[in-house]
Amino acid sequence: MTAAREHVIADLRTRIALQSGPAKQSGCLPFGVDEIDTMLPGGGLMRGALHEFAGGGAGTVDGAAAALFVAGVAARTKGKIVWCLTRPDLFFPALAQAGLNANRVIFVEGDRQEDVLTSMEEALSYGGLGAVVGEVVRLPMLASRRLQLAAEKKGSLALVVRRWRRQSEANDFGQPTASTTRWRVSALPSVALPVPGVGRATWLLELMRSRAGECAEFIVGACDDQGRIDLPSRSVDGSHSSRRSRHSG
Amino acid sequence: MTRVVSIYLPDLSTDRIRRADPAIPVEQAIAVIAKSGSKRWVSAADASAKKAGVRIGMPAAKAQALFQGLLMIDADPRADAAALERITLWALTQYSPIVAVDASDGIVMDTEGADHLRGGELPTLTGIANLFRGRGLMTRVAIADTWGAAHACARAICRDTVIIPRGETVRAVERLPVGLLRLPEKTVGDLRTLGFRTIGELSATPRALLTLRFGPEIGRRLDQMFGRAGEPIDPIRSSEQIEVSRSFQEPIGAAETIDKYVGRLVVQLCDELQKQGLGVRRADLIIDKVDNTRQAIRAGMAKPARDVAWLTKLFRDRTEKIDPGFGIEKLTLVAVMSELLEETQTASSFIEDVGEDLTPLVDIFGNRGQRVYRLAPVASDVPERSVRRIAATADDVDVFWSHQWPRPVRLLAHPELVEVIALMPDHPPVSVTWRGKRRRVKSADGPERIFGEWWQRTSEWAAVRDYFIVEDDAGERLWIFRSGDGVDGETGSHKWFVQGIFT
Repeated sequence: MTAAREHVIADLRTRIALQSGPAKQSGCLPFGVDEIDTMLPGGGLMRGALHEFAGGGAGTVDGAAAALFVAGVAARTKGKIVWCLTRPDLFFPALAQAGLNANRVIFVEGDRQEDVLTSMEEALSYGGLGAVVGEVVRLPMLASRRLQLAAEKKGSLALVVRRWRRQSEANDFGQPTASTTRWRVSALPSVALPVPGVGRATWLLELMRSRAGECAEFIVGACDDQGRIDLPSRSVDGSHSSRRSRHSG
Repeated sequence: MTRVVSIYLPDLSTDRIRRADPAIPVEQAIAVIAKSGSKRWVSAADASAKKAGVRIGMPAAKAQALFQGLLMIDADPRADAAALERITLWALTQYSPIVAVDASDGIVMDTEGADHLRGGELPTLTGIANLFRGRGLMTRVAIADTWGAAHACARAICRDTVIIPRGETVRAVERLPVGLLRLPEKTVGDLRTLGFRTIGELSATPRALLTLRFGPEIGRRLDQMFGRAGEPIDPIRSSEQIEVSRSFQEPIGAAETIDKYVGRLVVQLCDELQKQGLGVRRADLIIDKVDNTRQAIRAGMAKPARDVAWLTKLFRDRTEKIDPGFGIEKLTLVAVMSELLEETQTASSFIEDVGEDLTPLVDIFGNRGQRVYRLAPVASDVPERSVRRIAATADDVDVFWSHQWPRPVRLLAHPELVEVIALMPDHPPVSVTWRGKRRRVKSADGPERIFGEWWQRTSEWAAVRDYFIVEDDAGERLWIFRSGDGVDGETGSHKWFVQGIFT
């Protein structure tokens, strides 16, 4: 009974996928964490689609965790990455520690928010890129739809990091956009180490919106040097504590 | 509204002589001697000769008598003109699509829409002045609404640069002498005899009388200066530049029509380039309109290009900026800067991981005025110095940052002072107050000691920074440092700063 049902559903899925556009078959970028991948239709971040990331809590202004998460996603793609921004305060050594190669990333710095959106759209419709990242304050519906269409056309992965100038602006995140998934990354207290020192950063990863999927929350360990996240239950054994200082007092 | 930059090279002939012969010592005074008939007179003198009393127009014998060590060199107006043309051609590739030689000692260019690329008008002008001075050329640079006004102001000032704000032309030029009106010398002399001193006086005089006496020239020059009559700048061209153009019997104006013809011109230009084995680095589209005005669009390429689709995209991107006015008479496409372009074999698509060539995309961004760059490591322990920008199309760098210590994702432009409770000298803080929020430190890593780089700045001789990664109760992580080692006052102020944010 259940097998038959699943078969029917799978059949329907492929038929819907066939109807919703020819470029949709560009596949997914899995996180490599089963709990997260099973929550996402297709088993990962859909290529040829727009995904939104924001920081939670105090991180809404600087969006550092969100940016690192995005860097980790981008690091796991192939090809060049175009990163559009207006405030050049990224510290690349940190992104390099998340597995992102500096040779792959081309930064496009504009003066206005609109420049970021147009640059992203241009890069997405150029195609052949691993990912296109943009840091924006506001993402109006129209702009997000244009990005989504441009991403669909060439099958590029579009990643938007939302960061606001002040915390109160962050309720803009409730506004609808055309993005396929929407994530919020906030810092959690890390698991205490048996010795003094800072453990691996822990994030609360909220999947706030997922087209044709369900919302979910995960507690994950921050990106490692390959850009991978994982569930902390596995990192408690200390296998990821290599990045911790050896000189901590 | 156009903005015109006039570059005046007052010492062009002496600067040229110095550039041609670097052996002439700097303190040596130089005078250039011209001959007219049997008369030998000083046609140019450099600053130190002028200081000694040598004046332009003075008989050569008198100058020689006045100043013993004067180096006198025969004038060579053709070499001067050639030098000026060369400089102008160079300026054409650098600053603006519309650049021309202005009189015998200046350059004029229309920089409308190009200033913001260099950070505004003041940086543009000072940039020009500094660059020319660096190459041994004295300049006076002025920007104004019209060619006439910029020309007059560049020659009237004794500063390096002057900016005449929009709409202030009248006030700027009314006190200037009539000699700066670009009139024939005889007319200027006659006007002086009649008692006219300034341009303001002249413009206040009834036009009919002047026209009756001197012809229409004075009225025309005044109108040009005050922007009542157009004066298009005819851009300089060299025979090496490849140029294709298309004139229209019936002026065109519709956006699609413009696009169509731009596309055809690009195809033509690429054919021409193909014949000569060249690729274009900078191309200008010049639009001549029926009302005798001219507009130009420049596209720059990060590497030589001969690709029709690429060039078309760069120009079509901005054809919407073309204001056809009453119609366009002629479109001209010029390859201002071209370089040899070799045909290379592209790798077959069967090979995996072929790096997509992103140069066209980089060009699109660059021509829109965005800053496009990659980041590369610098061998420096000081965080803010450890990253530099390189060209987006530069070769891959195979040096990387050390991954030994975690680094923050966001680096503050300037470290911000924080209040900290900490046990000196090498304990991490117990609490940190930053931007009005007090955080209790739950765990910390450090210190990571970074020494000042005395070979960069002598003030960093003994400087030390002790960096800590601190995590507060909520899990937020900051990168903070103490200036100084906590013991010796010479190593720093012992104040605490936040420099980066992890999450």
